[in-house]
Amino acid sequence: MNNLVLLPVLVPLIMGVILIFFRNNPVTQRIISGITAFSMLVISVYLTYVIYQDGIITLELGNWKAPFGIVFVGDLFSGLMVILASVVGVACLFFAFQTIHTDREKYYFYPFYFFLLTGVNGAFLTGDLFNLFVFFEVMLIASYVLIVIGGTKYQLRESFKYVAINIFASAFFIVGVAYLYSITGTLNMAHLAVQVAALEQDGVLNVIAVLFLIVFGMKGALFPLYFWLPKSYYGPPAAIAALFGGLLTKVGIYAIMRSFTLIFTHNPDFTHNIILALAGFTMFFGVLGAVSQFDFKRILSYHIISQVGYMVMGLGLYSPLAIAGAIYYIAHHIIVKSALFLFAGATQKVTGTTDLKKMSGLLKTHPALGWLFFIAAISLAGIPPLSGFFSKFALILSGIQQERYFIVFVSLIVGLLTLFSMMKIFIYVFWGSPSLSEEETKKTKLGPLLLPIVPLVALSIAMGLGAEPIFSFSTQVADQLLDPSIYINSVLKE
Amino acid sequence: MKTNFLLLHTITRIVTFIILSFSIFLFFAGHNNPGGGFIGGLMTAAALLLLYISFDMKTIKVVLPFDYSKIIAVGLLIAIGTGLNSLFHGDAFLTQYFDYFDVPVLGEIELTTALPFDLGVYLVVVAVALLTIITIAEDDA
Repeated sequence: MNNLVLLPVLVPLIMGVILIFFRNNPVTQRIISGITAFSMLVISVYLTYVIYQDGIITLELGNWKAPFGIVFVGDLFSGLMVILASVVGVACLFFAFQTIHTDREKYYFYPFYFFLLTGVNGAFLTGDLFNLFVFFEVMLIASYVLIVIGGTKYQLRESFKYVAINIFASAFFIVGVAYLYSITGTLNMAHLAVQVAALEQDGVLNVIAVLFLIVFGMKGALFPLYFWLPKSYYGPPAAIAALFGGLLTKVGIYAIMRSFTLIFTHNPDFTHNIILALAGFTMFFGVLGAVSQFDFKRILSYHIISQVGYMVMGLGLYSPLAIAGAIYYIAHHIIVKSALFLFAGATQKVTGTTDLKKMSGLLKTHPALGWLFFIAAISLAGIPPLSGFFSKFALILSGIQQERYFIVFVSLIVGLLTLFSMMKIFIYVFWGSPSLSEEETKKTKLGPLLLPIVPLVALSIAMGLGAEPIFSFSTQVADQLLDPSIYINSVLKE
Repeated sequence: MKTNFLLLHTITRIVTFIILSFSIFLFFAGHNNPGGGFIGGLMTAAALLLLYISFDMKTIKVVLPFDYSKIIAVGLLIAIGTGLNSLFHGDAFLTQYFDYFDVPVLGEIELTTALPFDLGVYLVVVAVALLTIITIAEDDA
C-alpha cells in the first residue's frame, strides 16, 4: 500500500476544484495552475523513480482487497506515461497563459485543464477495467468543454461530432466491459489476465478482444476510425490542440497496449495480426491525408494518425525490441507533437493564419522560430540523431528480424512522406520573401511564446543524443509489459 | 387577465416540504440501506425545481441566492476531503471509519465517515441538476 501512486490523480483534481472559486481572477488562476503543473511534474518523476527502485506499486482504494476493490497500479509504463503527461501539461499551460483569451479563462479553462489531466493520469494508473472507463469519461467530459470553449461556429459544429463519436465509443466500451464481466466474473485487470488465461482465450473472448480494439482504436484514432480527429483538433486554440494532439489519442494507445500485453495475449496469431494490419493502414492513410493538406494544424493532425500507426505496429510485432521501440516512439511523439502544435500556435500568433499558402519568409523575420521548428520537424520525420530516428529504427529492425517485410516497407514509405510534408510546411512558411512588414514583425514578441517550446525541443534532442540510456529504460518497460506475471503477482500478491 | 395560480402555489408549498423531508430521510438512510447522497440529491433538486416551475425564476432567485457552480466545488472538496482524511491516518485513500455514539433523544447511532462523503455527493448532485436545468431554461427566455 502506497498512496504515492494516487497523487498524480489527486493533485490536479483538488487544485481543479479550488480553481473554480477563482473564476473571475485570471492572475490568481494562473499562479495556482502554474504551481500545480510543476508540482505534478515533480510528483510524477518521483513516482517513477520509486517504481524503478522498488518495483510495481499498488494501492487498494478504501482498503478493499483486490480483486474486489479498485486498485491503482503504478508500473514503469504507467509511470513513464504520467511523466510525459505532466511535461506536456506544463508546456501547454505556459503557452496557454499567453495565448488563451481572458473570456476563455473565465469560463473555467483552468479547472477543466486539470480535470483533463486527472482523467489522463487516472487512466494510466488504474488497475481496474471499469475504473478505466470512468477515467476515460472524466478525461472526455473535460475535453468536450475544452474543445468547445470559446464557442466559435466551427468549434460548435466539429465538437458536436467529437462528442457524438465519443459517446458512441463509450457505449461500446460499456458493452465490452459487460461481456467480459459476464464471462470472467471480474473487472480487476490482473485478475482478468488470470481468468482469460484459464479460459485459453478462444471464441467469444477473441470477439471481446476485437471489441475492445475497436473502442480503444476509436479513441486512439486507428484506421478506419480516425476520421473525426483532423477536423475536431483544428478548432480549439493551439495550446489546447497541443495538449489533445500530444496526449488524448495516446491514452487510447496506452489502453490498447495494456490490454493486449496483459489480458488478451494468448492468441497473438489472431489479435496481434489484426493490430499489425490496422497499423499499416493507419500509417499510410494518415500520411496521405497530411500530404494532401495545406494547413499547418491540419497537417499536424493527420500526422498524429500516421504516427499512432507506428506505436501500434510495435505492439503488432509483439517482440521485446518492437515493444521497446513503440514505447520510445510514444515518448518521442508526445513531446515532439505537442511542440509542433505549439509552433503552429506561435506562427498563428505572428501571421494571424494557419494557411500555408498565406505565409512566407518567416525565416528572415523570426529565425529562432524557424530553426527550432526545423529541428522538431526533422525529429518527427526521423532524421538522426534526433529522437524520431531511434524509435523508428527499433521498430523497423524488429520488423526485419521477424521477416514482416511488407509492414517495414510501408513504414519506410510513410517516413519519407512525413519528411515530405514537414518540409512542405518549412518551405511554405519559412522560405521565400517575407510576407510581413517590419512593423508587423515587431508587434509580437516571440521570446515568451518560445519559452514553453524550447524545453520540449531540447528534450527531443536529448532523447536522440542520449538514446542509449533511454532505450535501455524502454527495454525494461517492455520486459515488464511482456511478462504479465510481474503485474499480476504484485496486484494479487499470490 | 392575470392568471391566478393559487391552487398550484398552495399545493407546491406543502408538497415541497414532503419531498424535501423524504429526500433528507433518503440521504441519511445512506450507505447501509438504499439511499444516499445521489438519490437524496436528485430528490432535493426535484423539490427545488418544483418551486422554480410553479413560482417564477426571479422569485426563487431571491429565496435561494446561491451560485450553484460554487456549490459544486464545495461538494467536491468535501468529498475529496473525506478521502484525504484517511490519507492522514496512514491508510489507503477513501478508507472509511465508523463508530457508535450515544446521543440524547436519538439513542445509540452509528456515525461514519461515509456520511460527509455522501454530503459532498449530495451537494454536487443538487447543484449540477439545478444548474443544468436553469441554464437551459434561461436560454429560452
